[in-house]
Amino acid sequence: MELLGGLEIGFETAFRLENLLYCFIGVALGTAVGVLPGIGPTATIALLLPVTFNFEPVSALIMLAGIYYGAQYGGSTTAILINLPGESSAAVTAIDGHEMARKGRAGVALATAAIGSFVAGTVATLIIVLFAPPLASVALTFGSAEFFSLVVLGLIASIALARGSTIKALAMIVLGLVLGTVGQDTYTATPRFVFGVRELYSGINFVSVAVGMFGVAEILRNLEDEKTRKLITHKVSSLWPSRDDFRRMAGPIGRGTVLGSALGILPGAGHVLASFGSYSIEKRISRRKQEFGHGAIEGVAGPESANNAAAQTSFIPLLTLGLPAHPVMALMLGAFIIHGIPVGPTIINDEPELFWGLIVSMWIGNFMLVLLNLPLIGIWVRMLTIPYRILFPTIIAFASIGTFSLGLNPWDVFMIGFFGVLGYVLIKLGCEPAPLLLGFVLGPLLEDHLRRALIISRGDLTTFVERPVSAALLAIAVIALALAVLPAIRRKRDVVFKDEDEA
Amino acid sequence: MLAARRALKDILAGAIFIALGLAFALGALAYDIGTPLRMGPGYVPLVLGGLLAALGAGIIVKGFIAGEGEEIGGFEWRAVILIAAALLFFGLTVRGLGVIGALFGTSLLASLARSKTGWREALVIAIGLTALSVAIFIYGLQLSLPLVGPWIPLP
Repeated sequence: MELLGGLEIGFETAFRLENLLYCFIGVALGTAVGVLPGIGPTATIALLLPVTFNFEPVSALIMLAGIYYGAQYGGSTTAILINLPGESSAAVTAIDGHEMARKGRAGVALATAAIGSFVAGTVATLIIVLFAPPLASVALTFGSAEFFSLVVLGLIASIALARGSTIKALAMIVLGLVLGTVGQDTYTATPRFVFGVRELYSGINFVSVAVGMFGVAEILRNLEDEKTRKLITHKVSSLWPSRDDFRRMAGPIGRGTVLGSALGILPGAGHVLASFGSYSIEKRISRRKQEFGHGAIEGVAGPESANNAAAQTSFIPLLTLGLPAHPVMALMLGAFIIHGIPVGPTIINDEPELFWGLIVSMWIGNFMLVLLNLPLIGIWVRMLTIPYRILFPTIIAFASIGTFSLGLNPWDVFMIGFFGVLGYVLIKLGCEPAPLLLGFVLGPLLEDHLRRALIISRGDLTTFVERPVSAALLAIAVIALALAVLPAIRRKRDVVFKDEDEA
Repeated sequence: MLAARRALKDILAGAIFIALGLAFALGALAYDIGTPLRMGPGYVPLVLGGLLAALGAGIIVKGFIAGEGEEIGGFEWRAVILIAAALLFFGLTVRGLGVIGALFGTSLLASLARSKTGWREALVIAIGLTALSVAIFIYGLQLSLPLVGPWIPLP
């Protein structure tokens, strides 16, 4: 009954006219940046955070969330039409989706992706409604020791599922954590690592870190070699799949939704893993194996459902534990902080309008996305013709003025440059930027809970292993780390991510 | 020699982590370290800095055992310098020149980061982009930033 009450508040909030409008702006922007290769949802949300400063908190979060799941839709459009994933999770869609487009079935492929995403998004939203409240009530019993261990687990788990070298990912996390200590210490107000610069007393702005590592570093990489794009626009005419198509996509959508919902909750690249996992499952159980890679509709329906479901359920750890599962969620956490709303298990009870409004808006947003993507596909396709030589200076200009407006602090803009160059160099040396951002956002939280837990336990470090929940969380973290380093699993994981590089 | 080349990526990455880790650890010594019970402001950065340096060393060792051996590829100096300059320019001039001047300079520098973009094209992009940004941020989103700053004397 409590659930129904919550949903009622949610519908009331989400259907307010201004929130519908912000939801629409969010998903439209999300589709746009998803379509455009070279700018992803992480950089976009970071860029738009300052803009949402004056909004009502719930409107701001509805819009930012819309950008995120909207980008999952847009990414598949690019993957299908030009065989270039606009979004990393759409890489696998490109395999069969682009083949379908080459055979003149681009419209059907796009429709399949949209239908699969909508079904998955609806189911995943229901899963959030069912699972978030009980999880939050468990988390309400947590003390500082448990939260410390939980953050450690979150950070470790995020690299166990990520790609690339484990030790480099660990180093990136620690670098993020240590960068998070810049600024005034919360307990003694001592300014740390500020070099006398008053503007750094409040710490490095995480918007600068995100825009630098994900926006500017990406631009620098793209300027290295500009890819030529081959666009397939002819015959995006017949959108509606045939009866046979519908029969073939039903199974993959169902399985993809389940897999994606489960993987989305895990920290790390859950949605990328989900789409790859779904593709290999469909290929294995299909009776038409030979069609995969040559335009099998199952190869579009499954992965697209999986990545959209995962995109939705990745909100669960954020909304219940205050723990972001990946960089976009870290930015959402930042959005909550900017609006002065403490994120964590208390949010359901303290801010019911925000919690339920956000969830219901996701379902509305998914519906809007179907309308936006199918009848209006022509507009998005035309966007692909924006040349990169105009696109990237636009990102730089918007980043400068947007970040500056956040606190009228020139150092926020300087830091974009610093992190852009640092990110570019580190990415070239084989280090992924995502763990650094997670570490940076969670660093202050980690230090705070560590120091508080030790004050409560009178300096006894064993408090972390004596409290059962904390001990269990740390044990899982150790196991996750061991698994990430273990050779057998590494090899399998590398295979999964290798496909991504080739696609 | 061969092992060193195969490990080059890891050696460089490790060196960066060691340098940053040591810098933070040594810097932390200037603050009160405290005890585990009452941690001072220097405690956590000292531990994390040390850990970062240790991980950096681990990456170098790993590089010699199992280096990735991939080419690093060229370093895009022009783009790095011009993009960094564009952002620096904005931060340094936005208060003095105002939004219009700062945006124009930033867009111009950024456009030129792409080696194939010529001067004339960059000028056109910069003018268009300045107008677009002012329209969106100042008129659309109502940010209260001065269009023209005190460095430019208005008649």
